[in-house]
This record gives sequence, structure tokens and C-alpha cells, in this order.
Amino acid sequence: MTTEGKNFVADHINELKPSGIRRFFDLASKMENVISLGVGEPDFVTPWNVIEASYHSLERGYTSYTANAGLLELRQEISKFLSESFQVEYNPESQVLVTVGASQAIDVAFRAIINPGDEVIIVEPSFVAYVPAVRLAGGEPVIVEATQENQFRVQAHQIEAAITPKTKAILICSPNNPTGAVLSKEEMEAIATVVKKHNILVLSDEIYADLTYDEAFTSFAAIEGMAEHTILISGFSKAFAMTGWRLGYATGPKEIIQAMTKIHQYTIMCAPTMAQHGALEALRNGMDSVKEMRVSYRQRRNFVVKALREMGLECHLPGGAFYVFPSIEKTGLTSSEFAEQLLQEQRVAVVPGDVFGDSGRGYIRCSYASSMKQLDQAMKRMDKFVQSKI
Amino acid sequence: MCINEKWVNDLEKKELELLKLLEKNGRLEVETISKMIDLTVDQTKEMMEKLENECAILGYSTLVNWAKVLQYEGVTAMIDVKVTPTRGAGFDKIAERIYRFPEVKALYLMSGAYDLSVSVEGKTMMEISRFVSDKLSTLDTVVSTTTHFVLKKYKHDGIIFEEPDEQDKRMMVSP
Ligand SMILES: Cc1ncc(COP(=O)(O)O)c(C=O)c1O
Repeated sequence: MTTEGKNFVADHINELKPSGIRRFFDLASKMENVISLGVGEPDFVTPWNVIEASYHSLERGYTSYTANAGLLELRQEISKFLSESFQVEYNPESQVLVTVGASQAIDVAFRAIINPGDEVIIVEPSFVAYVPAVRLAGGEPVIVEATQENQFRVQAHQIEAAITPKTKAILICSPNNPTGAVLSKEEMEAIATVVKKHNILVLSDEIYADLTYDEAFTSFAAIEGMAEHTILISGFSKAFAMTGWRLGYATGPKEIIQAMTKIHQYTIMCAPTMAQHGALEALRNGMDSVKEMRVSYRQRRNFVVKALREMGLECHLPGGAFYVFPSIEKTGLTSSEFAEQLLQEQRVAVVPGDVFGDSGRGYIRCSYASSMKQLDQAMKRMDKFVQSKI
Repeated sequence: MCINEKWVNDLEKKELELLKLLEKNGRLEVETISKMIDLTVDQTKEMMEKLENECAILGYSTLVNWAKVLQYEGVTAMIDVKVTPTRGAGFDKIAERIYRFPEVKALYLMSGAYDLSVSVEGKTMMEISRFVSDKLSTLDTVVSTTTHFVLKKYKHDGIIFEEPDEQDKRMMVSP
């Protein structure tokens, strides 16, 4: 915005690139009869018992602030959940911070640890918020690329090669958005060795931890000696289908969580109270719903991967999240051309892979969090499109 | 042996998945199901045949909301029936006498205040009353009946009858 030629917006914000997702959203939302595989959230509505618990908290008048770090009961429940599910131990009094989505947890984590000029290694293709979050915190993102030859799983030596004396942390997201890739325990152990050797931190975005389909999930914090080096970030959006509730959390070493809580206290006060009450119910009585949703996602993943392969696209089998990331190289189109023409010609919306980093070039992200009816239709339309291009 | 056990377990799991999928939507195509549960089309067909032979799959029906069909004004009643069980056959014999009537759509043996819960469908209330007075209450072992007429169906077999709000409330494209 300019007034008499004066630009009020801060330079570093002007320099921030708008997300490529936005442009695509504008394109797709103007069209009719579009089947969207571009949605990065569950197609389920939040389980009813969670909604009901939140209603009930409002009826009982729980409408005030909570402790800055979140309801103690909720922190206790988070701590118990992490301990039982992933064998990681956190003191609910000092090592758990309830946040406004994992998004805010990522933001405060970076702000709590980054000194001006510190480097943070980001593995791409990645969720779109990491690089801007590092920049906003005054850090320097350093990109490492996960590639198809390793099924999009970053290798320890790649990380080691990117480490400099300024490296403060590395952000890892497994199961991954947009590739669905899940690191194996051995790969995590190899990365952990590098992290400990260079004495840096891992910000582990484990928001899709409960959505793995082939193997049990391993948390970074559970790897030997990694608890002191890991900020674990997670939330309720994906596994519990609670995106609109805006509730997540961070756990980690006491000093770091306390530093994050300090920022959170001044900038947010606390996460929404009614959402915290819903989350409490989710952890206490919601795991059966998660299990049911997980089975349904796995079935849809299997279906979509097979359908994509049958139409001739190369596609690795993603171990988690609800995305597939096929290569569209065969069509001779760029990611953006593919996505745009597919939208225009067949009314199917997918997200061009390069939105998630340069290494996503030549790929598209398809979310399979849609009904089978829609997926079936979408695969038929895509097949027609692909056959017309190769 | 171990590998075999795992394979058997996997198959059993897949059978369960198959049954749950078909229970929700009996019209899913075999090609689609086979992709979803990661079997070949032939394997899936074989599994379905096996389940049909074992009577685990009894049929593939369609859930119709008859209230939407103009010329069809049906009535449903749930009838609580108290009976005297017969020596030797318990409740089974009287149950069979009841479920053989074509107007009986469902029959359950219940715990609690009465013994059998009978769901009956007819064209009119008269027709159902006639069924109760002429056929049901005249059976020797039936002690009493209480008939409740269904006024409105909200949900049946896990499916909500009102027009579902199927609109996708999510943004078309999101990170
Ligand atoms: C990898 C990843 N991290 C974090 C988030 C943000 O989640 P939340 O809704 O908890 O802010 C998303 C959402 O798309 C995501 O995909």
C-alpha cells in the first residue's frame, strides 16, 4: 500500500514471496464442477464426541483464558499420549506448550532459537510455511533437496553437507507434506548422529504421525540421545480432522519450551479455550475415530497410487499423510502447465509440485482426502488428460 | 509357519476391510475395491465368493428412502413381544414362526422387559394392526404385544435419511 509514494510495509515483508498455492486457489475457485485434489486437510468432519465436548465446555461457561501454556489437564493428556504412543517423555508442567495450530508452534520455535543470521536447514519439497517462518525470525533458510531416487527421504549425508558453523537447526517433516514420504528409523538414526555431532537442533514436524500406513511411527525425540536436541511439533488438525479449531502443540527441552512460552504469552496469551476442551476429549476418547480414518486413508492411498501408475505416471508409494506426489515428466509439461491445463481441460485441481520448493519441479501433489466417488471420477478425468499428452 | 500366520492374518484383515467397504456401499466396483485393499481383481472376486458361500455376505441390497417415492406410502412398526419360551427350542422356534411372515423385516431377541423385537412394514396402519391381531397375537406362545408406529426415519443402518449436507466446506486449494 502506498500513500503519496510512501510504502508503509516493511522491506523484509515486501521481499517475502506470496505462496504459489494462493494463485492456484484463485484460478480454481472461479471454476465450476471442479474436483479438487488440492486440499491439504482431511475430508472428515471432526468426530462428534469432540464437537460435543467443546459445546459442553461452552455451556458450562468455560469461556475465559487458560494458562499461557494451555490447560494443565490438556498438557498432561498430551504428555501421556506422546509417552504411550511414541515412548517420549515430557513434563506437562514445563515441557509442553499448547499453540494455535502447529503453524504457530513452528513460528514461535524459530523465533525462540534463531539469532540474526543463523541458518536453518529446510528439506524440500516441504510445507510452504517453513522458509518464510525462518526468514521472519531473522534466520537464513538453507535448502536441502529430498529426491525421488530416495523416495523423497532426505539422507544424513545431504544434511551433513549443508551444515556450516552458523547452522542452528534442521527442520524435518515426516510423514511429509507434500510427498507423503516417511523416514525409516535407520535413516532417522543416521540423521541423529549428524545432529548430535554438530550439536544442532531438530524441529520435527510430526503433525502426520498418526497417519502412517505401513509401519509404526518413530518420533525423532525417541531416538537415542535426541530428546535434548528435538523440538517436537504436532497438533490436532490432521489426525483428528480439526483444522479449523486451530490447535497444536510443541514439546521439547525445558529451556526452549519456556522461551517459546514467553513469546506465546506476549503475542497470543493462550490457545482458544473451547478448542482446548475439544482437544482434551480427542485425546481421551478419540483414538478409535483416528484408527477408522487411518484405514480409510490407506485404502484411498492404495487406490490412487494404483490408478496413477495405471495411467502411466511414475509414483512412489507414500507411507503417510494424505498426499501422493507423482512425476508428470512423461507428459513433457512443467508442473504448473500440467496443473493449469488439467484444471482447464478436465476440471481437476492438483497443486504444482514446485510450489513446495524447486525440487518439486516435474511433480504434482494430489491429496486423496476426498470421497472415493470423487477420487474415482478425478482419476478417470486425469487419465483422459494424461493420455492426450503422452 | 510364522510367515504363513502373518499371511493368514493379512487375509483376514483384508476380508474385514472388504466386508466393511461393501456394507457401506454394495455397489463399489470390484476393480476399485481390489485397488483399495491391495489385491488383484481375481483375488478380490475369489474372496467375495468365499464370503458369499460362508454366508458372511448374504446379499447386496439398496437402502431406499421410501418417503421419497411418491406412490409409496408405507408404514413401519416396531412391536415388542413377550413370549413363553418352549422347552427344548427356547425362543428359536417361536422366532422362526414370526420371521417367516414376509411383512416382518427384522426380528431380534432382546434382554429386558420383553423378549422379541419385531419390525414390520405394511402399506397402511390397518394392515399392520391386522397382522398383529390376526397373526402375531394368536400364536400360542405369545403372551402380549406392544406396537409402536414409526413416525419418521432419521437414520437407518448407519445412514442418515435427511438430505445430507454434502457440500464440501473446505477451501478448494490449501497448503
Ligand atoms: C506439514 C505441516 N505442518 C503444519 C501444518 C499446519 O497445521 P496446523 O493446522 O496445526 O497449523 C500443516 C498443514 O497443512 C502441514 O501440512
